[in-house]
Amino acid sequence: MKDRIIGRVRRVNGPVIEADGITDAQMLELVRVGESRLVGEVLKLSGDRAVIQVYEDTTGLAPRDNVYGAGMPLSLELGPGLIGSIYDGIQRPLEALRSLSGHYIESGITAEPLDRTRTWRFVPDPDLKPGAPVAGGRILGTVRETSRVEHRVLVPPEVSGTLESLVPEGDYPVDRRIAVVRTDSGTRELPMLQSWPIRIPRPVRQRRPLSIPLITGQRVIDTLFPLAKGGTVAIPGGFGTGKTMTQHAIAKWCDADIIVYIGCGERGNEMTDVLTEFPKLVDPRTGRSLMERTILIANTSNMPVSAREASVYTGVTLAEYYRDQGYHVAVMADSTSRWAEALRELSGRMEEMPAEEGFPAYLPTRIADFYERAGYMDTLSGREGSVSIIGAVSPPGGDFSEPVTQHTRRFVRCFWGLDRQLANARHYPAISWLDSYSEYLDDVTPWWEEHAGASWAGERREILELLQREVRLQQVVKLVGPDALPDSQRFVLEVCALFKNAFLQQNAFDDVDRYSSVDKQLRMLSLILVYWRRGAEAIKRGVTLVKLKQMKVLSDIIKMKFNIRDEGAAEFDKLQARLERSLDQLESIYA
Amino acid sequence: MPEQETRNEARRRLMSGREYVGADRIDGPLLVLRKTHPVGYRELAECVDREGHTRLGMVLDTSDDAVVIQVFEGTQGLTLPGTKVRFRGRPLTLGVTEKMLGRVFDGLGRPIDGGPAPLAQEEVDVNGRPINPTSREYPRDFIQTGISAIDGMNTLIRGQKLPIFSGNGLPHNELAAQIARQAKIRGGSNDFAVVFAAMGVKHDVARYFTRSFEETGVLENVALFLSLADDPSIERIITPRTALTLAEHLAYRKGLHVLVILTDMSNYCESLREISTIRGEIPSRKGYPGYLYSDLAEIYERSGMIRGTPGSITQLPILTMPSDDISHPIPDLTGYITEGQIVFEREMSGRGIYPPVAGLPSLSRLMKDGIGEGMTREDHPHLASQLFAAYSYVKDVRNLASVIGEEELTPLDHQYLEFGEFFERKFVSQGKDEDRPIERTLELGWEALKLLPSEELHRVTDEEIETYYLGEG
Ligand SMILES: Nc1ncnc2c1ncn2[C@@H]1O[C@H](COP(=O)(O)OP(=O)(O)OP(=O)(O)O)[C@@H](O)[C@H]1O
Ligand SMILES: [Mg+2]
Repeated sequence: MKDRIIGRVRRVNGPVIEADGITDAQMLELVRVGESRLVGEVLKLSGDRAVIQVYEDTTGLAPRDNVYGAGMPLSLELGPGLIGSIYDGIQRPLEALRSLSGHYIESGITAEPLDRTRTWRFVPDPDLKPGAPVAGGRILGTVRETSRVEHRVLVPPEVSGTLESLVPEGDYPVDRRIAVVRTDSGTRELPMLQSWPIRIPRPVRQRRPLSIPLITGQRVIDTLFPLAKGGTVAIPGGFGTGKTMTQHAIAKWCDADIIVYIGCGERGNEMTDVLTEFPKLVDPRTGRSLMERTILIANTSNMPVSAREASVYTGVTLAEYYRDQGYHVAVMADSTSRWAEALRELSGRMEEMPAEEGFPAYLPTRIADFYERAGYMDTLSGREGSVSIIGAVSPPGGDFSEPVTQHTRRFVRCFWGLDRQLANARHYPAISWLDSYSEYLDDVTPWWEEHAGASWAGERREILELLQREVRLQQVVKLVGPDALPDSQRFVLEVCALFKNAFLQQNAFDDVDRYSSVDKQLRMLSLILVYWRRGAEAIKRGVTLVKLKQMKVLSDIIKMKFNIRDEGAAEFDKLQARLERSLDQLESIYA
Repeated sequence: MPEQETRNEARRRLMSGREYVGADRIDGPLLVLRKTHPVGYRELAECVDREGHTRLGMVLDTSDDAVVIQVFEGTQGLTLPGTKVRFRGRPLTLGVTEKMLGRVFDGLGRPIDGGPAPLAQEEVDVNGRPINPTSREYPRDFIQTGISAIDGMNTLIRGQKLPIFSGNGLPHNELAAQIARQAKIRGGSNDFAVVFAAMGVKHDVARYFTRSFEETGVLENVALFLSLADDPSIERIITPRTALTLAEHLAYRKGLHVLVILTDMSNYCESLREISTIRGEIPSRKGYPGYLYSDLAEIYERSGMIRGTPGSITQLPILTMPSDDISHPIPDLTGYITEGQIVFEREMSGRGIYPPVAGLPSLSRLMKDGIGEGMTREDHPHLASQLFAAYSYVKDVRNLASVIGEEELTPLDHQYLEFGEFFERKFVSQGKDEDRPIERTLELGWEALKLLPSEELHRVTDEEIETYYLGEG
């Protein structure tokens, strides 16, 4: 099969090759090129010619080398053993490659994505008896994949018929037959392993409206610009503004069941960082290691660009597979700009007509198709599952008017714009409260009001309005200095400064501050608003701003994010009581 | 690599001795040849001119019809009928050995110091291969450079890639040389070497570095690769790769800690643009090719540490920002790949501050794991964060002062101005030979903070205030 020669190389131009003598190749067929059998994919067919993109370094490839067809599209292996793994953009397992070729990744080496020698304890669904009708998505049984993830073995989406047999509980490798299904076109033997082409979304029963927030523990996100489970968000920002840090923070602390982290054209050390740090970190909700819910795709900037192009599809297909098992999956793609640039480079090498800034005209469609794969679904198994996509965007020069940012904005409903000024001032996360927005606000408000407190939406609006007022006042200050403003207006500046310091800034390296529960977030917000409302009142009664600022309790409010833990409701009560007492005292002097 | 050879490959090897006489087209540094045997992509080509001198080249595009060769030593003087070409059936390699330390080479790795070619221990493809991310060791060892702006605020870590974003006429060479002289790991192994690659810089720059290495007596630990301003510009494309090939040998085979200085990356990028333009590729920003990011990444990612091997590669690329514009594609794409950046500010340099390291846009991303208790000192992370915050406010106060006048500022704002002045003049500024231990740097940081009231210091803990701000720490 592997040796079906479908043509010969005619031209090699970087990762793009032309082949001729093509007779029976299919569009998007997986091919292997030359004697090192480099993995490639057919992108164009015309007459007896084909354009092929090769996923590995093409050094040494020459005209007249053979092109072998695999007869199927580029697909992933899906089954137990994915969690905790690290793959390259076309699902080559990097750990296994290391044992094959050492510290450097050579071309032309392959290893099976799922280890065939390992066995998994498969527990069949006790309700499933031979003769039962089964269809795509039906859960055949379960495997404990990690201490935190139960892998639900599914009938592949395209299979339906009558169950002929199902193996008893036992230890099986992924490629051993566990079930036989009689279908209209004959019997199908099903192992735990199944495969799915990366460019085709896995089918679902239906999309559902979004209503549950993806809680990230990052205050500026959850409180001001929340993301919904099944939603999409872009994080654009110039270099060093904090895209990766934000993605890592979410990957660590968000309340998704499964994380797929795609390092797409970024640094090798960042992947190493995840690889070394995640196993040591403990999930606050389950007490398990974070690596036990994480899959990594690493196609770093120095790895072949065409595999970079594929990496985002690989990631999202893995996510869909776990969604279909009824899980909430969060996909981080860092950075989608590198993916778009890979498209541009390949398109250029194919001598296609460029549209904006050299990007191909189909860039917007590709971006739309990618984000479209997110959603909150009724899966074929009948369970609910979701895929949320969090995409970093790296605009050249930090300029958001460039094509990738602009088109991404059209297809995502949440936008966390990183601000260079904030990052330079070491205000982290540097998410701008003026440029960012979330269209999921109304969708998730009921959840917040039920789970955190009925005041949530109102208080959130109140602080945002205050921040808007601050902008206008700052313009005045820039011209005449703050002394020209009355105390009532300067107090707005004070409260906003406090809010930025005490609430918006969140130190990813601090053991307490790196994550805030929804309760803690709301308590902190409420406390600051108590200061605002009562302080403004006090100023009206004649209390001076200087006196307000001298209240000792303020420094404890600034440090509450470090000093009060998630479960510290009582401490918040105490702090709030102290604040109110201090204000009472001030007012009594002026009364 | 599996050594299985097939017919096509075997044929190519046999053909590799074969000489083609006459080229079909010469365009800038590119040479086009028709009717050859199947030639491999990125294969090494030797082009012999009429004087019998061999110039090296690399295949950029290969097809049934034609082969495009990029000639590293330029095509000047080549003629269409008089040029002979041989393909070598393998990519460009460099013979590497520890003996290359103390020597000077051209951009392709051939000795130009009059000495004999060193006996190679291994022949390595200069293009390198991507390091498997699972093989990397996350860098965490603090390098003391003796420069406060770096050690205190933008700490350099062994295995980091930290570029200097500079401008014409700014003292980036001085700083790079000072780092190379002073860099040390405290209490750790200091088996170090420097690999220096010059791309398109003038002779006096190369001489400045050589002299600086000579004076400190470390020249025998330095290998220099020079592709200077009057060498063919195309050679620069390969120079950083040659240099890094040696660096990898020294680091991962010989266990040395290698500091690689690459100067000036802007010249490198310009050569890349030149070729791209001649090939008629669709440009992205400012005429630079769309693959500039990936190409630079191939260079910058060749740094770091590898699990289970003792050495490391720390990269210090220098680039001059065209018109001091940090959003220009060269610094921009570099910043997107490297682990932070040291940014120079012309205005500070104008005020006589050396090194003119801009406080806010400079950043070391690996700093967080290399400082603090047991590495530098426990107060370092908070101190640095507090200095950043305060200095950033200084910038706001200065802006305000320029509008409303300094007299109108509040007393607190005046204190901030004083702090800013101290920070720039005493903390950042230092002598070109001054080697400050980290303790001294941190001490100066606290001295600066003492100019501010303690209520302003939100980023340090009460204990730190107790020990270092109030106490005589
Ligand atoms: N929440 C945070 N807490 C503390 N430090 C942060 C935070 N966010 C960002 N930083 C600092 O900013 C630096 C750069 O952040 P990050 O690597 O995420 O940038 P980036 O936007 O991904 O840049 P690039 O596009 O170049 O990859 C970090 O190394 C860290 O020092
Ligand atoms: Mg990043």
